Amino acid sequence: MSNTVAHADPHAHPHAHAHHPALQHHFDTMSQQKEAAVIGMWVFLLTEILFFGGLFVAYMIYRVWYFDAFAEASRRLSLFWGGLNTAVLIGSSLTMALAVRAAQTNNRKWTVNWLVLTMLLGCVFLGVKVIEYEDKFANYEVPGANYNWVYHEQHAAAEGHAVEHRPLSQTPEQLQRTTQLYFSLYFTMTGLHALHMIIGVGLMLVITWMAWKGKFDAEYYTPVEMSGLYWHFVDIVWIFLFPLLYLVERHT
Amino acid sequence: MLDTLKIPERHYLNNGHGLASWLLTKDHKRIAIMYLISISVMFLLGGLFAMFIRLELATPQGDFVNADTYNKFFTLHGVIMVFFFLIPSIPAVLGNFLIPPMIGAKDLAFPRINLLSLYIYWLGGVFTLAAMVMGGVDTGWTFYTPYSATATNTHVIPTALGIFIAGFSSILTGLNFIVTIHRMRAPGMTWFRLPLFVWAHYATSLVQVLGTPVIAITIVMLFVENAFGFGIFDPARGGDPVLFQHLFWFYSHPAVYIMILPALGVISELISTFSKKMIFGYSFVAFSSLAIAVFGFIVWAHHMFVAGMSTYSAMVFSFLSFSVAIPSAVKVFNWTATLYKGAISFETPMLYAYGFMGLFLIGGLTGLFLATLGMDIHLHDTYFVVAHFHYIMVGGAIMGYLGGLHFWWPKMTGRMYSEFFSRIAAILVFVGFNLTFFPQFVVGYLGMPRRYHSYPDEMQVLNVMSSAGASVLGLGYALPVIYLLYSLKKGAVAGPNPFAASGLEWHTQSPPLTENFIEVPEVVSEPYEYEHAVAKESHLV
Repeated sequence: MSNTVAHADPHAHPHAHAHHPALQHHFDTMSQQKEAAVIGMWVFLLTEILFFGGLFVAYMIYRVWYFDAFAEASRRLSLFWGGLNTAVLIGSSLTMALAVRAAQTNNRKWTVNWLVLTMLLGCVFLGVKVIEYEDKFANYEVPGANYNWVYHEQHAAAEGHAVEHRPLSQTPEQLQRTTQLYFSLYFTMTGLHALHMIIGVGLMLVITWMAWKGKFDAEYYTPVEMSGLYWHFVDIVWIFLFPLLYLVERHT
Repeated sequence: MLDTLKIPERHYLNNGHGLASWLLTKDHKRIAIMYLISISVMFLLGGLFAMFIRLELATPQGDFVNADTYNKFFTLHGVIMVFFFLIPSIPAVLGNFLIPPMIGAKDLAFPRINLLSLYIYWLGGVFTLAAMVMGGVDTGWTFYTPYSATATNTHVIPTALGIFIAGFSSILTGLNFIVTIHRMRAPGMTWFRLPLFVWAHYATSLVQVLGTPVIAITIVMLFVENAFGFGIFDPARGGDPVLFQHLFWFYSHPAVYIMILPALGVISELISTFSKKMIFGYSFVAFSSLAIAVFGFIVWAHHMFVAGMSTYSAMVFSFLSFSVAIPSAVKVFNWTATLYKGAISFETPMLYAYGFMGLFLIGGLTGLFLATLGMDIHLHDTYFVVAHFHYIMVGGAIMGYLGGLHFWWPKMTGRMYSEFFSRIAAILVFVGFNLTFFPQFVVGYLGMPRRYHSYPDEMQVLNVMSSAGASVLGLGYALPVIYLLYSLKKGAVAGPNPFAASGLEWHTQSPPLTENFIEVPEVVSEPYEYEHAVAKESHLV
């Protein structure tokens, strides 16, 4: 096969000019290395879409089958906390984008500052989530043996609050069963989302430490950008989760 | 000629010694070798359970084990073989080893992620094996709800978590291949100069990346139901167990293509090399891999024709399942056309390639029976189905894997195995396989259901044939372990290109350097150019 291969070394003198310290040996150039990371990250996000996709399919089917149960159960979520968290996450996406921009422009101090702020907002989100989950446990709204659909109303009545009655197509006994599907999906979806947030914050701790150590410059800031892509993705998942879980027929 | 060949002084196997140099390596070739050892152990384990199954079925009565134990045997056989052997087999071993040298790269794009995928695979294996030691699981490898969620008291959670974890290993391997094939090709290695092995792996990687997350989320939903009492698939709370089946098969049908597509890639290489001819219809073979990957995602419900779905959707899924035959047949026809007027030789890898073509053909054609709505109602959950998918997974995927392993063994180790014994083994595998599984078509057509440990007396002859065949098959699988290990010390030195093949991986020494090539190669000619340069030794190494 004398003609199959010719020898060509794109770097005739590989050590004649200094390589960037972050360039790994199996890549030829920084741009090749960066493109590989970018494609890899997008492919990873694609797998994440398919991962959450299975839950969205289950949600879609049960919402069509048991719409009233979903609408009723959705009212048990707090619009205030959900809305606040939406705002917090969108804000954190902004600070993340600013962190990437700061890294791009060699601004070490602000890279670190924006990253820290992003992590703080992420923690605020998780804290609010804890408050919301706490409320569900207190009201027996966690699916399983202790699930009690009417506890909420009984409790409100016992406290002397007015209980609102809407005409429903399902009896309380039916709702006791079918609303568990809603809360099963609610906890699985928001739980997995929260897990992604925790991973994101952990990731960012490492990136912040690397930025603090001055590992990044205008030529190499791929890790900042990649964790940014991840963070925005987790944000977008919430942008879908919020209306699907909190806003089922809330206009009436 | 052979006397002058020597194992090169420096190569990836002697670049670093000791356990740490292996466990901390970033070299795709060493990772591939570790995968090879791991999946071989799993194959042995899965084979052991197969042996127990065939032993039980040698007699009509359930006299070797009771029904519960039998349920665990076929479940563990399926789980181990599917998730821990077949899925990683060709991609993680041969793909990992060969894709970088085939495209002229020093390594995969993400060497550390590659090593991570191996550790994740091991972790998943630990979970599943722990479940096995704790007492096993009896749901079948399909984990159908509501049985797996509410009824069984066996170890669904650790087994399913093992599969969940191992899935990420598969995703990371696929991700690595996609990026590597996009960004790491040597100068001149255009998309249409890629070996068909690489095209097949590209298609496989797409399936791994798009399908595996769906089984992951399905397992998560099964997990929260088992562990926390959530009710996503619980009919008592309005949940739908058939939804589980849809989600399960949305991955597990494409998973079949994760197993068979790389084998199709191997066979393309073998057919071309051993007939010394340019592959017939290169671009058709390349695109048929992608077509199979795409079709693979839209046929899943043919596993569920009797599970309750509308006639209309059943017809659509039936029609789509038929259309998978088109790209599959394109490959077989193109291989046959490649053989035509070729300078064919019968080395061991080629014997496997021939075996593959015959068995894949039977497996594919019986798939059409099962895709036919009326026929499937008769054949559903019978041994006909078992025979069909073993023709694809064992007759197809494992034949491809063994053919590829024999073909690239000299590249991986620098040594030749015994041609005599390897041919014997190839013939034993072919004969043993057919003796095991062909009777199952008949016994299934006669109505023997799968997953039972006893059966009517009149079906014993066919079942004994099957059990006898399994012993021959087992011998055929054991033999390579012996002569391949023997070849490591005593095998003749292979030299860089013992089969006079044209791929780029044969233009470097055997075993290759850690960096694969001394200098970055530049590709200046088309793939499979045999007519112009028949069997000339490479002067480059």
